[in-house]
Amino acid sequence: MKCDNCDKEATVHDTVLREGAWVEVHCCEACAAKLGLSGPGPTLNELLTNFVMPQLTGEKARPRVAKTKSPTCTNCGFSFEQFRQAGLLGCPDCYVAFESLLLPLLERAHEGAAQHIGKIPRRLAESGPAKSELETARLLAAKREQLERERVLRRQLEDAVKTEQYELAAKLRDQLQHLSQSSPSKAGSSKTDT
Amino acid sequence: MTQRGENPKGKKPSPEDAGNGGSAGASAGAGLGGIATAEWLTNTGDASDVVLSSRVRLARNLAGHVFVHRASKEDRERALQTCRDWILAANVCDRIMWVDLHESPPIERNLLVERHLISKQHAKGKPATSGGNAGASGGTGAGGGVAMPAAEEPRAVAVSIPDERLSIMVNEEDHIRVQMLRAGLSLADCWRVASDIDDKLESGLDYAFSKKLGYLTACPTNVGTGMRMSVMLHLPALKVTGEIEKVKRAATDMNLAVRGFYGEGSDAVGDLYQISNQTTLGKPEGAVLADLQDSIIPEVIRYERHARNTLLSKRRAALEDQVFRALGALTHARLIAADESMQLLSLVRLGVVLGLIPDLSVQTVNMLFLLVQPAHLQRVLGKELDQEHRRTGRAAMIRERLK
Repeated sequence: MKCDNCDKEATVHDTVLREGAWVEVHCCEACAAKLGLSGPGPTLNELLTNFVMPQLTGEKARPRVAKTKSPTCTNCGFSFEQFRQAGLLGCPDCYVAFESLLLPLLERAHEGAAQHIGKIPRRLAESGPAKSELETARLLAAKREQLERERVLRRQLEDAVKTEQYELAAKLRDQLQHLSQSSPSKAGSSKTDT
Repeated sequence: MTQRGENPKGKKPSPEDAGNGGSAGASAGAGLGGIATAEWLTNTGDASDVVLSSRVRLARNLAGHVFVHRASKEDRERALQTCRDWILAANVCDRIMWVDLHESPPIERNLLVERHLISKQHAKGKPATSGGNAGASGGTGAGGGVAMPAAEEPRAVAVSIPDERLSIMVNEEDHIRVQMLRAGLSLADCWRVASDIDDKLESGLDYAFSKKLGYLTACPTNVGTGMRMSVMLHLPALKVTGEIEKVKRAATDMNLAVRGFYGEGSDAVGDLYQISNQTTLGKPEGAVLADLQDSIIPEVIRYERHARNTLLSKRRAALEDQVFRALGALTHARLIAADESMQLLSLVRLGVVLGLIPDLSVQTVNMLFLLVQPAHLQRVLGKELDQEHRRTGRAAMIRERLK
């Protein structure tokens, strides 16, 4: 097989992430080095240091995982296989590099969720192109939080009525009213919910 | 000793910002050694018959850096320097103490673990994962050198003094872990303050964040809010009645974790349990807070109180017998291990909150939960001791404090 970039024989075969999709790359060693791809297959020594005795090794150069199926983060050189072993990702970019593989893990760990809802750094909230999206996410978060609080209060109110704690019930009712008045989107579903 | 001080090496923040007016507060022994200064120990707070403390922690990482476990010594030092400069300049609390853990003796680090200010892992340090040092930050190339002992990996903690409500671990599993710890059921307060501090830190540090996945953390189980809320509960009656298993099952069903006194992997010695959220993605912080603070934890508290009242009304003699036997053992033992003391203290605490032992305060018992731990015991006794001598020393210290 010829190198993707020149006429030499391709000896480095790797899978890299380009514009969100995994692409197979075949290169000669020289082009691979230019592109920052991993070199040819691991030597016995590298196999030992990277996989067999990971806990015994000190700091070793970038792991070489060419020809393995395991995708690798182009930013830090960490492979998905290494993540599996360590349980920790290599750098923030690994989340992009391993996106499709991480998704099922994330969903399992987080009750099916795959989208962050909640606090965002102020800097992002106050500026940048993503502002409107983040603002929507923030509003959604606030809305959800409010609904959650209402749900809890309603349950406490029902309990209070059942156990004839009327003073507590009145207090809870006031809190509920106050909450729906201070709603971030009063016209929203909080009214239809009740 | 250079490892602690309000005025750290390196760049100096402005004195008024860091509140580092050169007070003697952080001289060895006085900062934390003042043992009884932590707010969660001296105050009781809401629902203190059942709840010892509430905690909120936020995991954050620096953009453009590899995660800590992959970083070389140089990378870790760089991240540490960046964080230290800003943490000490950002005016996060009135007075702050900085401890470089890689330069601290083990007993100092254990003291911090026992006070819940750092994790066990942070005390030990963690060497770089194999294949590390391929830095996103234009890493320093092959580290290649001799592996460094884990304890010497550059890492630190900043602690607010004297209240010890705030601690910020630097270079633990994530670059930054902000923790707020308060007495009693006070998650809302912890969250509010932790979030304010997070804002202050974020105004000077570039956090790794994605629109889709939120705050990016080394472990995918923390990604999203990076927030863990936990409450430390004393549940002796549920343990006696066996209903604790029901609580554990219910908590697991609700995706909550139930752990022991010292967190992950620790046993529930002294009938102390930590309940915390596990989900950090797809659920806003406020909803996690509402669930725990307004719904789940009050339910557990009610359940424990109900079990206590049942014991009191239906098995009073047996309950009193157990409580006073425990008190008897603690006030007369000559050799005692930490775990046994915790178990006996648990029964004594139950006796105190139920009014069976009127002349003892719940704070004294809470304090003893801490003082029987090895590092604290040695600090109180003023010398390093082997296990055998610790047992005699511990028994004497308890007798003295319960007199």
